[in-house]
Amino acid sequence: MTLRGWVTCAVIVVLALVPPIVSLVDNAFILDMATRFVILAIAAVSLNLILGYGRMISFGHAAYLGIGAYAVGIPAYYEVYNGYLHILIAMSVSAVFALVTGIVCLRTRGVNFIMITMAFAQMVFFAFVSIEEYGGDDGLVIEMRSEFGSLIDLENASVLYYVCFVSLLLILYLIRRIVRSRFGMVIQGARGNEPRMQSLGFDTFRYKLACYVIAGTICGYAGALLGNFTNFISPEMMDWTRSGELIFMVVLGGTGSVFGPVLGTSVFLFLEEILSGLWLYWQLVFGVFLILVVLFAKGGIDSWLSGRRTH
Amino acid sequence: MNSDVLLSISDLYKAFGGVAATNQVTLDILDREVHAIIGPNGAGKTTLVSQLTGVLMPDAGQITFKGNDITYMPAHRRPHLGMARSFQITSIIHDMTVLENVALAIQAKAGHSYRFWRSADSDQNLTGPAMEALRGVGLEAQAMQIAGPLSHGEHRQLEMAMVMATAPVLVLLDEPTAGMGQEDSTRMIAALQVLKGSCTIILVEHDMDAVFALADRITVLVEGRVIATGKPDAIRSDETVRQAYLGEELEAVTDVPGSGSSGTVRHVC
Amino acid sequence: MDWTLLTVQLLNGLQLGILLFLLASGLTLIFGIMDFVNLAHGSLYMVGAFFCATFTQWLDSFLLGLLLALPATAVIGLLVELLVVRRLYQRDHLDHVLATFGLILVFDTLTQMIWGPDGQVIPLPAWLDGQITLMDGIVLPTYRIAIIITGLAVAFGLFVLVTRTRLGMRIRAGASNRTMISALGINISLLFSIVFVMGAVLAGLAGMMIAPITEASIGMGNQIIIVAFVVIVIGGIGSIKGAFIAAVIVGLIDTMGRSYLDALFKLFMSAQNAETSAPAVSAMLIYILMAVILAVRPAGLFGPRGR
Repeated sequence: MTLRGWVTCAVIVVLALVPPIVSLVDNAFILDMATRFVILAIAAVSLNLILGYGRMISFGHAAYLGIGAYAVGIPAYYEVYNGYLHILIAMSVSAVFALVTGIVCLRTRGVNFIMITMAFAQMVFFAFVSIEEYGGDDGLVIEMRSEFGSLIDLENASVLYYVCFVSLLLILYLIRRIVRSRFGMVIQGARGNEPRMQSLGFDTFRYKLACYVIAGTICGYAGALLGNFTNFISPEMMDWTRSGELIFMVVLGGTGSVFGPVLGTSVFLFLEEILSGLWLYWQLVFGVFLILVVLFAKGGIDSWLSGRRTH
Repeated sequence: MNSDVLLSISDLYKAFGGVAATNQVTLDILDREVHAIIGPNGAGKTTLVSQLTGVLMPDAGQITFKGNDITYMPAHRRPHLGMARSFQITSIIHDMTVLENVALAIQAKAGHSYRFWRSADSDQNLTGPAMEALRGVGLEAQAMQIAGPLSHGEHRQLEMAMVMATAPVLVLLDEPTAGMGQEDSTRMIAALQVLKGSCTIILVEHDMDAVFALADRITVLVEGRVIATGKPDAIRSDETVRQAYLGEELEAVTDVPGSGSSGTVRHVC
Repeated sequence: MDWTLLTVQLLNGLQLGILLFLLASGLTLIFGIMDFVNLAHGSLYMVGAFFCATFTQWLDSFLLGLLLALPATAVIGLLVELLVVRRLYQRDHLDHVLATFGLILVFDTLTQMIWGPDGQVIPLPAWLDGQITLMDGIVLPTYRIAIIITGLAVAFGLFVLVTRTRLGMRIRAGASNRTMISALGINISLLFSIVFVMGAVLAGLAGMMIAPITEASIGMGNQIIIVAFVVIVIGGIGSIKGAFIAAVIVGLIDTMGRSYLDALFKLFMSAQNAETSAPAVSAMLIYILMAVILAVRPAGLFGPRGR
């Protein structure tokens, strides 16, 4: 097995064992960290589907986290706690938002695409800031987590964690299938040479739009998990700087593989945790680190593990 | 209209900022012929081909393919009718393998690609015909290599395999030997000789050796207008064409035997 | 209708438009010429405001503070260009976005280290702090008028620079065709530095002018920069004229929407519905405008075709 394969397996095994370890050392904080990590990893993996495989640099992916979280929070505000309904709303609203904005964004390319995805996310941000009913700027407390009948009790932290963890595994597998399918080949072909793909007879706009919608829908699901985890939602979680962090996680891990963003997310959160405990002005180090990664470490952790330079 | 006509262009007109790049072009391409379009630089050859492929839309006129009006059909729908093209500048997908490049061409032909689950790499319906096409151009040994780093000649071969993989009815070849050395160029001409007769080819080419070796008929384009259409021999000896364009370039190939005044030349202007 | 309020709101919209133009003109030139995505442009807006605050407090004069803050911001802009941005021109947009995102973190944290977490007040001199009474008894704040006049003057100066001077000719050549400037034998790295510093100074000036109203605060550039992006997307990348027109349109629509949309909504829905939905919709107005314009013209109002 390759180094990359070993690391992938090791990460998955460690993640699977988090709750028993936590109950041994009796440190609930670790479980919280791990849950947040797994949820953000889902978001990063979904972003990589469009960013890495389609070269669609979306700077508005955090909007779907917010949409998904509000899809839990707003029904909960009206005392509707049905989890299946929450997830249905989270994913369908995300899909519709991705479809509508995608039709506009994907007409443009390059710099325009980056800025327009950013602008649409900011639009959602400001929309929620100005809706006083749902807390506006201050956000909304979720009194109770989503209910999935007697089988799954999300109020139990370990159960919530395993729901997130299994979701991550399933989504990794799903995306792995997608990128290797005929559809995935078209997306990667359009990344490499879009005019050529069109001359071959592919309506690349529609394939890219479909890909954009899939990524948004998955991230909306992650948002629903995030809302359940934090028990609190505010527009701040879809600020454009959050989207920037997601991009950083993806690039840090490497856009060349399905699993790369998971590694990027872990390093990102680990650094954030360590640095913020050490120094009040830790973000300075973080910013410099980011710049250095861009300038000197192309390809991310993934290309380093697989021992090849990026294409 | 002749029933053997595959592609018919009538009174096609396209101007850029008041300058006509395609000026009242009327031309019939017959089924299974190799039809070369030649002309000096800036004669509007690429503009004409771009309108045939749908990259550019004409200002006026009509293009029909197999009797269907395709004048304003979007570019991505034309390949489904059996029109394929190669590019003047090699256009392949650099970060994919040679096999994947050809497999994508076959996938395009197969209709929609909204299949999200099954692996494309292990799909025999794609890889089988793709390998077949690579064998046809002599590139099967490189099938698993990333396409980008291959040589220029190999890129052109791959390009040809992608065009042929879709079993097209009509192929538009925009300068297939451009940028090639003598040896590669000869090989490419030989590969095209094999194709001849199996499908219709529109050949835009500067290399007169290639044109006269391959073409059944030749159209000469000058300043956006068709000044002559006819058999190679007739074109070679045509006074208007000589004056307008061929001149010295023809001197190099006039020692080809049998250059008489056979065939007919239709003068348009 | 309250005419004083309407006039004040129109002026506020115009003032926002002017500030957006100062930010967007630099952005659009940097995009157009270097094909560089600079998210940290908003940081220079913030840096300008903080410099101006400190110098004003030292010298006890807003004008002197502003005059000193301009070259100081230019120096910061030059440092950023030389140390980071210059190494990125040949890279793809993703690298631009990430590195300048890192720059934002650096700028925000450094500012916090130097100035502390609180905002900095910039006191205005008495002659700018008053009000002007127009005919019909309409009263307007002097400083807002001053911002508009200064902004228009800068816009005019920029217009003259770009259309009438040799430097401007090179900038325009670069914005419309990047390969052309190298063919003309122009020192590209010098031209890039000049344009970047020019953009930094314009962004800084915008920050300096708004700070007496809002205070200079950490992260003040991170929201307005997105609106500046909307402006250059609407105006068309690389076009100063487009940036100006789009900035004024966006400034007016945003301000007017926030002030009058609820009144408009009340015409065809219940007062309660109007009051809940109007703020959300008015916050979305400029993005909807952007979507509509892009649907019709993907390259923006004055953008180059097919970019």
